[in-house]
Amino acid sequence: MRITLGLDSTSLTRRYPKLAILATLFMAFALPAGLYLAALAIFPLNTPERIDATVDALAAWCGRLVGADWQVHLAGSPYRYLVYTLFLLLVAFIAVNYAAVFGGASTWVERRVAGRMQSRIGPNRTGAAGFLAWVADAVKMVLKEDTIPASADQLLFRAAPYFSMVGLLLPFVVLPFGESTVVTDMNVGVFYAAATSAFVVVGILVSGWASNSKWALFGGIRGAAQVLSYEIPAGIAMMVPVLMAGTLSMQGIVRAQGGWPWEWFVFRNPAAFVAFFIAVTSSLAEGNRTPFDLPEAESELVAGYHAEYSGFRLAIFLMVEWANMWIMAGLAVTLFLGGWQVPQFVAEDYARLFGTGLPPSLGWFLLQVASMLIFIIKTWALVFVFIWLRWTLPRVRVDQLMSVCWKYLVPGAFLCFIVTLLWQMLVPPVGMDYTGYALTLFALLVLGKFLVDTRRNIAKVKGHRVDLSNW
Amino acid sequence: MAIDMNIERQVLRRTETSAEEIVVNFGPQHPSTHGVINFVTQTTGEIIRRSVPDVGYLHRGLEKIGELVPYPGYMPFTDRIDYLAAMFANEGYALAVERLLSVEAPPRARYIRAIAGELCRISNHFISIGTMATDIGAATPLTHALRERESVNDLLEELCGARLTFNCHRIGGVAYDLPAGWGDKVLRFLDHLDSYVQEFDRLISFNKIYVKRLANVGVITRAQAIDYGLVGPNLRGSGVKWDVRRDLPYGAYPDFEFDIPVGTGRFGTVGDCWDRYYVRVQEMLESSKIIRQALAKLPEGEIMAKVPRKLKPEAGEAVGRVESARGEMLYYVVSDGSEKAHRLRVRTGSFMAMAIIEELSHGIMVADLIAIIASLDVVAPEIDR
Repeated sequence: MRITLGLDSTSLTRRYPKLAILATLFMAFALPAGLYLAALAIFPLNTPERIDATVDALAAWCGRLVGADWQVHLAGSPYRYLVYTLFLLLVAFIAVNYAAVFGGASTWVERRVAGRMQSRIGPNRTGAAGFLAWVADAVKMVLKEDTIPASADQLLFRAAPYFSMVGLLLPFVVLPFGESTVVTDMNVGVFYAAATSAFVVVGILVSGWASNSKWALFGGIRGAAQVLSYEIPAGIAMMVPVLMAGTLSMQGIVRAQGGWPWEWFVFRNPAAFVAFFIAVTSSLAEGNRTPFDLPEAESELVAGYHAEYSGFRLAIFLMVEWANMWIMAGLAVTLFLGGWQVPQFVAEDYARLFGTGLPPSLGWFLLQVASMLIFIIKTWALVFVFIWLRWTLPRVRVDQLMSVCWKYLVPGAFLCFIVTLLWQMLVPPVGMDYTGYALTLFALLVLGKFLVDTRRNIAKVKGHRVDLSNW
Repeated sequence: MAIDMNIERQVLRRTETSAEEIVVNFGPQHPSTHGVINFVTQTTGEIIRRSVPDVGYLHRGLEKIGELVPYPGYMPFTDRIDYLAAMFANEGYALAVERLLSVEAPPRARYIRAIAGELCRISNHFISIGTMATDIGAATPLTHALRERESVNDLLEELCGARLTFNCHRIGGVAYDLPAGWGDKVLRFLDHLDSYVQEFDRLISFNKIYVKRLANVGVITRAQAIDYGLVGPNLRGSGVKWDVRRDLPYGAYPDFEFDIPVGTGRFGTVGDCWDRYYVRVQEMLESSKIIRQALAKLPEGEIMAKVPRKLKPEAGEAVGRVESARGEMLYYVVSDGSEKAHRLRVRTGSFMAMAIIEELSHGIMVADLIAIIASLDVVAPEIDR
């Protein structure tokens, strides 16, 4: 006999087939869109003065509604730090939820894309197109027992996932999602992002050590060696856009670029073009993605550093791994690919549309949404490339990993740094414009050649059929 | 004195250990041991000092079973010796017992055996090269290889009703004739295969990372390969041009023209992992050639020789040697004149490949050990039987 609880998802969706589609649409679009809009509403108020002004205005507006004259002067109030703390908690809540939703949704995207690449279907049962599979996975993992091996170091074993979690969440503070959608625009933003994202490796190393398992130890040590080595080329390659923009602030770097591809830093300078690839390769290695997934190499180390983890703690590790793709891709987009810049709109347009006083005009909001969409599309495109690489390339060996880093990427990144210095001093802005046109054209030609070759290669195989009916 | 059966303790005893060294059990449950095998590995971090294969987890007493059941009744058991290339296990046993009985399969049966065997070789090599890519860290080639293997399995299912444990051959012939229109389906698949292998090469064989991972790794010299008794693609990967189909011809093979691919050291040294891998890729194309010739020349006639209902060979012994997908597979059958074999012995390619792993394991890296195991294409049930 089958015992069904009231909330059995299969019987519910069988009875109301549209429920699955509605739930999917909600999880796939309404939830992220809600988070983005919440971010758009909250993040711009990131200074005490703006919070003061907003709270004062809100109180006055509420007072008018009920016909009273409510005057709040938050700036002079003893409770103002409580309000600031609540505000920060709200911001953190949005960012953490965004990381979790992206981490989950990207596992679905990865599995579907991998399925298509591998001539199989991928998850397509839970929700429309299987989108809710990641929710089901999360529920399953949270409900599972959180086992801790008897011989493990209890405290460190429990703490390790949180180190990784911190390393994932801290860079969200400086990552600009749109023209004014950034938690805080630090003047050391690039430095801060590089420093905090390295926290993930602390979690890997601690979990590898605390598990008291040989496989986990292998994974932890590999992870530590790998991430620490690749911090160096990643850091130097990130300095190239810093040199070109003359600032370490993330928003400053985006504002120094433009909306059109030939205005992006990656095409403004041949050294930056190379540095972009060095930065992306290094960040793949830092994020433990194939071809650099040595710390959790399944065919060698079974599961690597998280071999002994289960339940919620494993879920945290996996979430960090996938949500890290957003940080990796987002940083590359911000530094090299023009970030949120909307073509044809310059800084004065944003200021003009903002108008005077709060709230800003509708046009400003629409422009903000456009800038966020552009950032999201670019970042997802890069995330797709990461997924694509993962399901195409084999894994390098640990000595090859080190030699790629120290023999090629580090000297290459230094060279890019020096060439960029000279380029900035010697080449006039018009020369950079022409370089931008030339490199954009070059990139388009490479892309075209790639597409033509792919088409020809597909045609070479006789009797091949691409079956798209199982989506 | 009692023999210490704990191989982990044995490894530790035979080598002096220092504080930095640990002993890791790669297996018996491990994603890349291709079945239930244990590699007791003494290692200082990433560099392996030695790795000793510990076999026997899958021993099912298949040779003993051969002495307990009548001759025809053993045929389904041979499938279980090597479930990825069961056609050859069938064929080797049938050949050995046919020699005991002094009968020979009719020409059409011999051709059907060759066609089914070569299809099975293609299906086995797809698994082999696909899992090898997975062991090196690329997930996609395996699923593509499995997709192609499905086509072979469909064809073999149409021929004999089974997709894995075929039980297709009989002593004195084969159980089933080719279904109508089957030959055209096979030719269509082979047309696809010949062009598909190039795509597979583009996908993984010549991938820069893949070549770097395999070239100059696990080099087995020609002399080593012969000394350790390697067979099949492992032997040919070291440049030894030895193939039972050509050198000790059996069945219909003398009628066919085909090359024997050998390792050439294209990206490194002759006999490295990449050579063994690529020998298998090329062998699929050679199998395709053989099947085309066999289908073109397929003779008409009986598919079973005249064999008595009850098989009672005269006392004596016989050997059946076939070129299995994993190299020479040898059945040695001793008859005492009764309905059952007095003694049955199977010599398999995977078992021969296990011995050399310890020799190759000194000073290699952990990832190299995985590459070597994969390149030797070992299948656990074939080792242990």
